[in-house]
Amino acid sequence: MILLVQWLLVVAGAPLLVGFIRKTKARLQGRCGANLWQPYRDLRKLFIKEVVISETTSWIFRFTPYVVIGAMLVAALIVPVLTTAGGALSLGNIVLLMYLFLLATFFLALAGLDAGSSFGGMGSSREMAVAALAEPTVMIAIFAISLRAGTTGLSDMINVLAGDRLLLLNPGHLLAFFSLFIVTLAETGRLPVDNPSTHLELTMIHEAMILEYSGRYLALIEWASAIKLFLFFTLLGNIFIPWGIGRTEQPAAVLLGLVALVVKLAALGVSLAVLETSVAKLRLFRVPALLTGSFMLALLAVISFFFLR
Amino acid sequence: MANRISLWLTVPLAVLVLVGGAAGLSGWSFDVVLPHVLPIGGGVALGLDRLSAFFLVIIAAGVLPCAVFAFAYTRHQKPERDGMTAALAAGMSLFIVSMACLVLARNVLTFLVFWEAMSLASYFLIMTENDRSETRRAGWLYAVMTHAGLACILLGFLTMAQSSGSLSMTAWAQAAAAIDPSKRNVAFVLVAAGFLSKAGAIPFHIWLPRAHPAAPSHISAVMSAVMIKLGVYGLVRIGFEWLGVGPRWWGVLILLIGAVSAVAGVLYAIIDSDLKRLLAYSTVENVGVILLGIGAGLIFHSYDLDSLAALSVAAALLHCLNHTIFKALLFLGAGAIVHATGTRNIEEMGGLLRRMPQTGALFLIGSLAISAMPPLNGFVSEWLTFQALLLSFRVPEQFVNLVFAIAIAALALTAGLAAACFVRAFGITFLAMPRSECVKQAHEVPWTMRLSMGVLAVLAAVLGIAPVVALRPLGYVTAQLLGEQPDLAFSLSGVVAGGSFAAIAPGWVGLTLAVVIFAVWLGFRLTGGSLRKRYYDTWGCGRAVHSPNLEYTAAAFANPFKRVFAFLYRPVTAIEIWPHGESRLFVKTIKYRHESRSIIEEGIYAPLAAAIRRTSARIRAVQSGNVHSYLLYMFLVLVVLLLVAK
Repeated sequence: MILLVQWLLVVAGAPLLVGFIRKTKARLQGRCGANLWQPYRDLRKLFIKEVVISETTSWIFRFTPYVVIGAMLVAALIVPVLTTAGGALSLGNIVLLMYLFLLATFFLALAGLDAGSSFGGMGSSREMAVAALAEPTVMIAIFAISLRAGTTGLSDMINVLAGDRLLLLNPGHLLAFFSLFIVTLAETGRLPVDNPSTHLELTMIHEAMILEYSGRYLALIEWASAIKLFLFFTLLGNIFIPWGIGRTEQPAAVLLGLVALVVKLAALGVSLAVLETSVAKLRLFRVPALLTGSFMLALLAVISFFFLR
Repeated sequence: MANRISLWLTVPLAVLVLVGGAAGLSGWSFDVVLPHVLPIGGGVALGLDRLSAFFLVIIAAGVLPCAVFAFAYTRHQKPERDGMTAALAAGMSLFIVSMACLVLARNVLTFLVFWEAMSLASYFLIMTENDRSETRRAGWLYAVMTHAGLACILLGFLTMAQSSGSLSMTAWAQAAAAIDPSKRNVAFVLVAAGFLSKAGAIPFHIWLPRAHPAAPSHISAVMSAVMIKLGVYGLVRIGFEWLGVGPRWWGVLILLIGAVSAVAGVLYAIIDSDLKRLLAYSTVENVGVILLGIGAGLIFHSYDLDSLAALSVAAALLHCLNHTIFKALLFLGAGAIVHATGTRNIEEMGGLLRRMPQTGALFLIGSLAISAMPPLNGFVSEWLTFQALLLSFRVPEQFVNLVFAIAIAALALTAGLAAACFVRAFGITFLAMPRSECVKQAHEVPWTMRLSMGVLAVLAAVLGIAPVVALRPLGYVTAQLLGEQPDLAFSLSGVVAGGSFAAIAPGWVGLTLAVVIFAVWLGFRLTGGSLRKRYYDTWGCGRAVHSPNLEYTAAAFANPFKRVFAFLYRPVTAIEIWPHGESRLFVKTIKYRHESRSIIEEGIYAPLAAAIRRTSARIRAVQSGNVHSYLLYMFLVLVVLLLVAK
């Protein structure tokens, strides 16, 4: 029951998070900005529009949106969002989660190649490069967290970390947080790695890859991207600032978890909006330097654990 | 025709190997010594235990589909090459028998005889298409590398035989603790070098990317999927059994070689546009992943963390089996593509998924499995390897902890790059539009080819969804090897590693994924069935014609990786421009050349070969061609021998 509530919250709430970030960004830039609910309207519009499919494509192109949304829906099942008790299916640990994201990226990159345009191929190649270079940071950050928590199971991890009162004074914990935050930017295609609202094909990464999609296929992919962002933020919030998330299935605990989640997501959303307003997009070949930097942060987090234990 | 019947011989042989393996895994064992055969070395000694049995299963799993594939490969052989078919069948049979007997060998002589038989059989199989100079060069390099490896193994074995006083490996294992550690170290380094050269780990990998493309595809499949693993088998034997418990640096060395092989292997694979060479480099990568597990196991073993060691070795051995399955599938897929198009260059391919839908789907399954995508088999073994490495925090030494951190990063980078590599391999080959005429006319391959690939694809799915099928026997294998069950709990649906450290239910992941995807699809069918779907040109900035020239190429796809990892590739770029006679502003032709160089070949092998050539030139002065001086040499040698042997 609680699992279903949580899952629906992720799936239905994800576009709202996107709307919130866009609105905040607009206000920071002195614009009025679109309504908070605009992403839902966009999705509704896309769902009822006709689909245009390139003649050169194969079934991979039509199958990909389903795999992408499927991977995200399964990922949404295993992340504890409101409560760690009964809140997530025990399908696997945090490593599985990363592989589910990689599965979605794998198919998107194939679909990018399928239409036979240079833009799609360019997007695929760049997206895979960024994903591959982000992978070591992700795993080392996971290693750093698992050292402190003694487990890689998501719910157990959060439970153990929530028991540590001095968690935020711990240099390793903070380093791991910043490294994973940078990776989140890369994995979800945000500035300074990729610009989600760009209209110039040559600078696109993620958007170039999905350039050929339209109608309900595009809706699925956009929705999946929103869910991915939502899940990354939830992970950052619940692992690094684990307080507030429910530890039982009591309605009160779940409600408190919801409030805590909203606060965490809002904080992360505002910081992302501030960041995206204040930095410019990096040149593609400067991105590896950024990711190497985040890798070093994660490695320092691991080193600090071993030398302070 | 009669020659084609000889191909049937390989099938029952492979089945026999499979039966032996299955019997061994269910607990049956034997030890026989035939003292009258090869009497100088203590006779032929064969034995079956669980580790041998597991490798018998690997051999059979790789060989059987390839034997079936061989029928279609030889069907279109020209009549004058009919004798070649029989030779191929004979070579293949010798290859199977020698590999199977190798894992059963229990003394030095038996081991070396079958090791050499295996090397020679594979050498002749590589040379099947020896009318091409490329093949002859590849065969030569393979012969040199495999014999250099044999020399190392021989020296290491002799060191052990001399210090333990026995030619039987079981005797070594018992005597190991009493042997001088420096001698054991020398033996380990030598023998490991020999095994790693067969396994294709960096820096001994140089023969793989040449030999695999040169051999017929089903032979490359057997070599890459099966023979390579026997190097791993040897390493497991010496690391955990024959040489006793070693010092810590053995494991650290293997772990580092594994990390380098994994990352560099996949980096070479990602820029290659020869499909079979790409797969060969990806084998180097996967051997690296296997070595990470074995290295971790050796380190844990040296700290007496035996259940963790068992977990690491089980992960490595599972990856051996999984790699056998998906690499055989991919090589056979490559063989099918070469069969249909006549080219190995992926720059000329494209659009094959529409022309060869079934081969394409099977190749996609192989690509997903090798990229460790859930819920296929590669994911499970890579996941287990990750957990083994993550559990390394139980080792109470900071330096070793940091080595493991590097290994984790290397494995993660490998995983990401492998996914990119196979997006490129599958995407450029099978998607979009054909880039050349021969690919445009390609059509689906004979059913025997598809059958052999299909069986492998099913195995990849089964081992991904229910890894318990392989993990339960592997538990007993490691129990026999290390005296302890791995730190694993598994049921039909899930695997738990390291107590409560990590859990996964790959079967449920697959099922949930399938249900969710089906539900979304069904939802669309029910609600949006009336919505229009329109097929139209790819959007191209208002361009009128959409031609294959506008597609992204394999080289372009690899370019970000080339730039980021330029320190490894050391690329050479040359642009030559010829203008028209009238004005230099009008360009007639542009020639662009971009090549990457191999650090290892230029840094290690080229100087080595040059040194050998110089030395042999100097020694050649002795060989003057003058009979009188030869007689003098004989006389001198006789005198020296008489003096020494006095």
